Amino acid sequence: MTMTAMPETEIAAPPRRFRQQAIAPWLFLLPGLLFFSVYVIVPIIQSFQISFYDWNGLDRPDGTSTAVYVGLENYRDLWDDPDFWTSLRNNAIWLVLYLLAIPGGLFIALFLNQTVTGIRLYKSLFFFPFVISQVVVGLVFTWFYDPTFGMINELLGLVGLGPVNILGDTRYATYGIIAAGLWPQTAYCMILYLTGLNAVDPEQIEAARLDGAKGPKMLWYVVLPQLRPATFIAFVVTVIGALRSFDLISIMTDGGPGFYSTSVLAFYMWDVALSEFGFRMGYGSAIAVILFLIMLIYIAGFLWKMYRDEKGV
Amino acid sequence: MRSIFTTGAAALAAATILSGSAFAESHAALSGDLVIFSDMSNPAPRAVMEGMVERFGEMHPDLNIELTIIDREAYKTQIRNFLQANPPDVANWYAGNRMLPYVEAGLFTDISDLWEEGGLTETLASTQASMTIGDGIYGVPYTYYQWGVYYREDIFEELGLEAPETWDEEIANCQAIIDSGRFCYTIGTKFLWTAGGWFDYLNMRTNGYDFHMALTNGEIPWTDDRVRATFANWQQLIDMGAFLENHQTYSWQEALPFMVNGEAAAYLMGNFAVAPMREAGLTDDQIGFYQFPQIDPSIEMAEDAPTDTFHIPSGANNVEAARAFLLFVTSAENQTLINGGDGLGQLPVNSQSSVDDDEFLSAGFEMLSQNSPGGIAQFFDRDAPAEMAQVAMQGFQTFMVDPSSLDSVLDRLEQARQRFY
Repeated sequence: MTMTAMPETEIAAPPRRFRQQAIAPWLFLLPGLLFFSVYVIVPIIQSFQISFYDWNGLDRPDGTSTAVYVGLENYRDLWDDPDFWTSLRNNAIWLVLYLLAIPGGLFIALFLNQTVTGIRLYKSLFFFPFVISQVVVGLVFTWFYDPTFGMINELLGLVGLGPVNILGDTRYATYGIIAAGLWPQTAYCMILYLTGLNAVDPEQIEAARLDGAKGPKMLWYVVLPQLRPATFIAFVVTVIGALRSFDLISIMTDGGPGFYSTSVLAFYMWDVALSEFGFRMGYGSAIAVILFLIMLIYIAGFLWKMYRDEKGV
Repeated sequence: MRSIFTTGAAALAAATILSGSAFAESHAALSGDLVIFSDMSNPAPRAVMEGMVERFGEMHPDLNIELTIIDREAYKTQIRNFLQANPPDVANWYAGNRMLPYVEAGLFTDISDLWEEGGLTETLASTQASMTIGDGIYGVPYTYYQWGVYYREDIFEELGLEAPETWDEEIANCQAIIDSGRFCYTIGTKFLWTAGGWFDYLNMRTNGYDFHMALTNGEIPWTDDRVRATFANWQQLIDMGAFLENHQTYSWQEALPFMVNGEAAAYLMGNFAVAPMREAGLTDDQIGFYQFPQIDPSIEMAEDAPTDTFHIPSGANNVEAARAFLLFVTSAENQTLINGGDGLGQLPVNSQSSVDDDEFLSAGFEMLSQNSPGGIAQFFDRDAPAEMAQVAMQGFQTFMVDPSSLDSVLDRLEQARQRFY
């Protein structure tokens, strides 16, 4: 609608139009800004605020809150809380191991990047796990790991090993869940790389081949540099995927066995504040604040890289 | 004041008078809207709830009843929001400490006057204690069910065993079952609460009802030697290999097939487990029921019998109709009807109702009314405050998987006790 108000030449625009130009972008941004502040900025501020209170989430009928101000006590409790450290450690394990999806996806993509009959079918089959819901992935792997009937113990039995109860053992359970998560995540990275491989310049490959490059050297020095944008996106979505790993944990172990042995910060926060037995809004908010600060480091790094790239080119 | 006082279950059988007045009052002319939020979302409870609303509506043609049934699990978190933002006139919940946060925040109405006027103090005497917090009574029960050991009668017969009454018999039985290549007990502790049931019984048999209530009220340290004695009894069973292997990976339903297939001989469970056992193909000849055996003869037997309830939120608009509905729900006639075998299949709360002619319901009713002199507990996760229940049940599971972790588990629970009470 502002199209008509914007002439081809902007020289000597009358003041009224100039004002329109200054206002128009803000008008377009307004809905986004409004929703961003109501649903993101304000809750962040509220989380900081609630984290200084001991509150079970209930208000009295007359509207007064049952919250009691406790200052930094929630944070002091967090420091002494072994479950918090377990969750934080599991978060770190998730972050590191989830990145395996990137090389995994790359190799499947390289393998599938050929022209044989029916390759489209193979590609869709490999992509399939990303399409199904995380809850289904969790259920399938739970059955797969089942200590009594599960396929993994049948297989281990064939080579004379086992039986193991992966999800029931505090030592292995987190790794078992991550393996389930890697299945769809690898498929996601594969699709990103497949699109990336389409954009690889055939002339450069040809030139490199004439120079005698092949195998790993070709991959490392010629193909991978051209895949950098795909790698970057794959890295970003994988890190985000690792940080929001909630549904698989909830489905496969419900945070257990024992004291939150497979929990991550997001799950722990939900469990203490919002689950059936969770009434500790202040404590949950304190966890949310810590999680936010950790994410902030990552987001800041991401923004800094974007800024540098845009400026550098 | 957190304690839920005990009342002898004998009162259940003893109370006899005053049911007529409860019913008469509900016939007064009511009008306007009555908004009911219910968590009775499973098929049978849903039909019961809808049936009650229909019959209550027929009695009060001018009353417009709006019934909203919410998924039972989702309800547990939604209740916090709707009690504050959009309170109905009547809402479902649970007895015991599970209602404490809402009572403390003043979100449930104290209806002790309704209990007096409607004669509920007589007819519902057995559950009055579980609805009482401090000086107020904050709702009415509509059903409850017994816990106990459901066992495979045919397997016991095959091995020549009798239902145990003492701990020694229990251990001897269990050894015989293990020797036959089975587990004594199936259990699935993935969602923790099943382990809470075991702790309830072991602790109530080892230390008695009053100790158990004091412990769940945070008055006794978890590192106390009496608590250790409870765990020592538990460990005796664990060390024998009495419990299903890998129980930490299964839900209670997933643990059921082990009993149906004959790989485990018994299940400590609530009466709701009978229906799926029958559906899975076990006949009533194959399923038996016995009260959890005595451990210390000097300790009076006490039982778990979780009670489900109706409450009037303090934000209710049509309090008059809500009170009439509560009286209707608890009336002897309605209680007989909704708790029958084609309804909820559980125990009526009104002492003048009749219990359905079902083997297990009769056994449960007899046990709770005559053989539970120590008292009736709700269940671990309803007697202990929510935060404590969560940590403690995680501890029970940890202990069941690895009994050598007992010391660290008890330290964790003691730390939690000091923080939460």
